Amino acid sequence: MSIVKAKDLTFEYIRRDEEGNVDGITTAIDNVSLDIKEGQFIAILGHNGSGKSTFAKHINAILHPTEGTVWVDGMDTADEANVWNIRQEAGMVFQNPDNQIIGQVVEEDVGFGPENMGVPTEEIWQRVEESLKAVGMYEFRKKSPNHLSGGQKQRVSIAGVLAMHPKCIVFDEPTAMLDPNGRKEVIRAARALNDVEGITVILITHYMEEIIHADKVFVMEKGKIAMEGTPREVFSKVDELKALRLDVPQVTLLAYELKKRGVKLPDGILTKEELVKALGL
Amino acid sequence: MSIILDHVSYVYDADTNMPVKALDDINLVINDGEFIGLIGHTGSGKSTLVQHLNGLMKATSGTIYYNGEDIYDSDYNKKELRSKVGLVFQYPEHQLFEVDVFTDVCFGPKNLGWDDKKIQLKAYEALKMVGIEDEYFYQSPFDLSGGQKRRVAIAGVLAMSPEVLVLDEPTAGLDPKGRDELLNKISELRRTTGMTVVLVSHSMEDVANYVDRIVVMNKGRVMYDDVPSEVFKNYKELEAVGLAAPQVTYIMHALNDAGLKVNCEVTTVNEAADEIVKALKGRK
Repeated sequence: MSIVKAKDLTFEYIRRDEEGNVDGITTAIDNVSLDIKEGQFIAILGHNGSGKSTFAKHINAILHPTEGTVWVDGMDTADEANVWNIRQEAGMVFQNPDNQIIGQVVEEDVGFGPENMGVPTEEIWQRVEESLKAVGMYEFRKKSPNHLSGGQKQRVSIAGVLAMHPKCIVFDEPTAMLDPNGRKEVIRAARALNDVEGITVILITHYMEEIIHADKVFVMEKGKIAMEGTPREVFSKVDELKALRLDVPQVTLLAYELKKRGVKLPDGILTKEELVKALGL
Repeated sequence: MSIILDHVSYVYDADTNMPVKALDDINLVINDGEFIGLIGHTGSGKSTLVQHLNGLMKATSGTIYYNGEDIYDSDYNKKELRSKVGLVFQYPEHQLFEVDVFTDVCFGPKNLGWDDKKIQLKAYEALKMVGIEDEYFYQSPFDLSGGQKRRVAIAGVLAMSPEVLVLDEPTAGLDPKGRDELLNKISELRRTTGMTVVLVSHSMEDVANYVDRIVVMNKGRVMYDDVPSEVFKNYKELEAVGLAAPQVTYIMHALNDAGLKVNCEVTTVNEAADEIVKALKGRK
């Protein structure tokens, strides 16, 4: 079952001057078609300006296509009547932990979404408890968000989205502002949601090590899909990724450098264990 | 140029019932021309520390000497200190505000009271140093790409001719290529001007590739202060405090444990590749 489907999607940002006249047009997404199945863990990579965040904003109907169509759980995002249903099915977690939290107390912030959906009070608190437990933040439920670290705040944001029982969560560079520990916590939470709860996860990131377990990777460039495949397939193409201003996990880069120096190794090594094995050790 | 921190401590909210000791007896010397990486988990005190270097924050106890002078002396010129120690905050492009790029970069020098000619010369040089072409000088800063905006913001600090450049997470939010370009630019800047650079970062890989000395902070104290290869030897202890060594360190240890005798002290991919090839040849 498709949870997110795009067909011939094009999106143009129109820049206007002070009088409202068109000053310029930027084609941020250029004829993209893709199909994400329910329960998958999908990664979207691309240098800054490649169109990945613009694409993400189509998934929860923040943006509407200029041309083409996007369906979320079978609902057309361009249809006004569907907007709130779509936003309940497809939640979004953004980059800046400070920009997503509005409650004075953690559990109040997490309850905000379901409250807006008209969920009965009893059930709100149930969902708040489940969601905080799912991200490992239940013991902080009475704390002020101001006293939390970046990684903890992001986990509260995830809980807030989770409390709306979405089928799919889009993470737009959720770890960009976090330290290594915070990054690990957030990715662990995202993977657990996918593995255990079966929630479709769409992760947009620059950190290659975060997506080696993804089911599929899309690489965007100038609004188009430049590469797609499993992490192993995509990361094998080191030169192509470098030309797209991207990186590969250090171990993959190391294997590539070793091959250049004459060592016989297979393509697409993603972990140090694989490297050890491939070297026959 | 030298900065000496002598038993520096800083307590937030000292006169409330929830004081937080953000810096706990810091003793540190920053020498002329060094390229230092300052790492620590969130809340370790690194941002608090760098704000002491240019006098933006004042130590609760202890002293700081800039070129041998006590910066807390009543006669000391704090304003000058701020031009000598240039601090670039995280997401510096959030500070851009002027109608055009050139005028924005002139803002700092203008506040130092320099004459027009000097201001314009310094602004021009600073923009050239960060690689912004002439054609962008009279554009609105908001029309530039993220990476360009960031470089303009850095130029705004460089225009004041600092002796020390402190950058707080300069690569946050940049894509991999953007990260490389910016760090290479900073490295090049240091080579050509002899500026001392302090780089605050979470990324071990970034730091390992460029700096000659790493200071690790944990809970307001200095945990390690040494060359990268020495600091990363303690990768288990680093992990215990929420940090990590560069991925390369873990890979080399895994190979060593599996029986390939490699030097685990390398910190970059190229060094690692050379080491492994050497060790493989040695086995034959």
